[in-house]
Amino acid sequence: MLGPVREMGFLASSFVVSLGHLGVFAGRVLAALVRPPVRVRELILEIYKLGVLSVSIVVVAGLAVGMVLGLQGYSILARFGAAESLGSVVGLSLLRELGPVLTALLVTGRAGSATTAEIGTMVATEQLDGLRMMSVDPVHYVIVPRALGLALVMPLLSSLFITCGLAGGWVVGVGLMGLDSGRYLSSLQASTEFVNDVVGSFVKAAIFGVIVGLVATWRGWRSEPTSAGVSAATTSTVVIASLSILLGDYMITALWGL
Amino acid sequence: MASPPATDPPVALRHVQHAFGRRVIFQDLSCEVPAQQLTVVVGGSGSGKSTLLRLVGGLIRPRSGEVLVEGRDITKLRESQLTEVRLALGMLFQNGALLDSLSVFDNVAFPLREHTDLDDAAIADGVHESLERTGLKDVDDLLPPQLSGGMRKRVALARAIVRRPRVLLCDEPFSGLDPISALRIERLLVDLNESGLTLLVVSHDAPSTQRMADRVLVLLPGQSVQGAPAQLLAHEDPRVRALMGEPIDPALVASEEEH
Repeated sequence: MLGPVREMGFLASSFVVSLGHLGVFAGRVLAALVRPPVRVRELILEIYKLGVLSVSIVVVAGLAVGMVLGLQGYSILARFGAAESLGSVVGLSLLRELGPVLTALLVTGRAGSATTAEIGTMVATEQLDGLRMMSVDPVHYVIVPRALGLALVMPLLSSLFITCGLAGGWVVGVGLMGLDSGRYLSSLQASTEFVNDVVGSFVKAAIFGVIVGLVATWRGWRSEPTSAGVSAATTSTVVIASLSILLGDYMITALWGL
Repeated sequence: MASPPATDPPVALRHVQHAFGRRVIFQDLSCEVPAQQLTVVVGGSGSGKSTLLRLVGGLIRPRSGEVLVEGRDITKLRESQLTEVRLALGMLFQNGALLDSLSVFDNVAFPLREHTDLDDAAIADGVHESLERTGLKDVDDLLPPQLSGGMRKRVALARAIVRRPRVLLCDEPFSGLDPISALRIERLLVDLNESGLTLLVVSHDAPSTQRMADRVLVLLPGQSVQGAPAQLLAHEDPRVRALMGEPIDPALVASEEEH
């Protein structure tokens, strides 16, 4: 009788404890972030690994999503005689939701999990202890460049995703369905507000970048120093970051209408 | 960096108690590592030899007791204060703990770049001097995954001594090395000791322990024994003599299995 209650209690307390650990970890990252020296070389290397190497997957996914939106949007809008609004449907869907959310999920799977695995392996092979023994703070040297790199590349990758999505929608709408290119673009331009839609999309992606950066580095930092531990940490990064992105998206949309 | 007062031993443990979960590692360990001496820690597997080094390095904290490094009880220090204490220490980890993403040169240069204002030429000189002392040449551009286990260990040792620490902690410096490389490392540790460095070395290698140690700390379940190698080879406890390299009596193995 008490079993399920005890189980729920244990899960709830574990959740609170984990949140506490994450809070303390975030505080350490924030403190290390403002402490000199700025590790520019490491940051650029992480931006390359996390951002530049994610470009191909983001471009392909963006084009595919834009083309699907173009197909679905055209067939639905055509039923109501509103096919010329395809540009605004594709544009607003990508800017307000699909661009930031799908990019964040893609980056979580490709770069977030890799970041966790890399840090977890450094824990298992005592590289972080080696840094401590050389009087170097591993949060400053290892965590900050990776967390900051993820936070910085996310808005840029999201913008790339949206651009490719718009191009995919254009290819289907104009190239396949025969819509007028000028009408596609003018509908897109007329329905898009710079602050609410463009800046809002950028801000949303930046928030997701902070979430993925913190979760990925935190799970690696706390991983058990075994191959199974690193594997579990990598899986939990994908699960926790993905759920946080989806819940965060709802919260941001509900609270600020972005 | 100011040297510590002459009266304080570089490393001392006072009534240290430590456990991992329910497994007690140290019940009441007290020992000292005298200045400018080479102290070897021996003991059975799981006796806490590596744990002892990690306690001295401040990587873990004991449940109770004091760990004194140059007179400062590091169990009460915050991580930022430990950073200052560790500037006096160098540590060779069992598997090297080299940074995988950096080349051999950058790994060895790392402590110099972090903690000195040396220019590139002086750093290169320091790195090559350290690498040559460990018998390595023409390995600057290799990455750690391209090195053999023995080479990794020698690079790690070069990194540990490049900034000339006052106390060097070595975890199993001879494991995984061929006999010639092991002897080279042994001679290097003795040379470092003769140049004034205090060494605390964890080792399973009884012959090298007998050759190089000024003092030996033997860790046994629930107790520890310290002394010069010759004293410990004549110790009344057969476990101590066995760990020091005396041929093992099969009756001792049977007795250990019963416990």
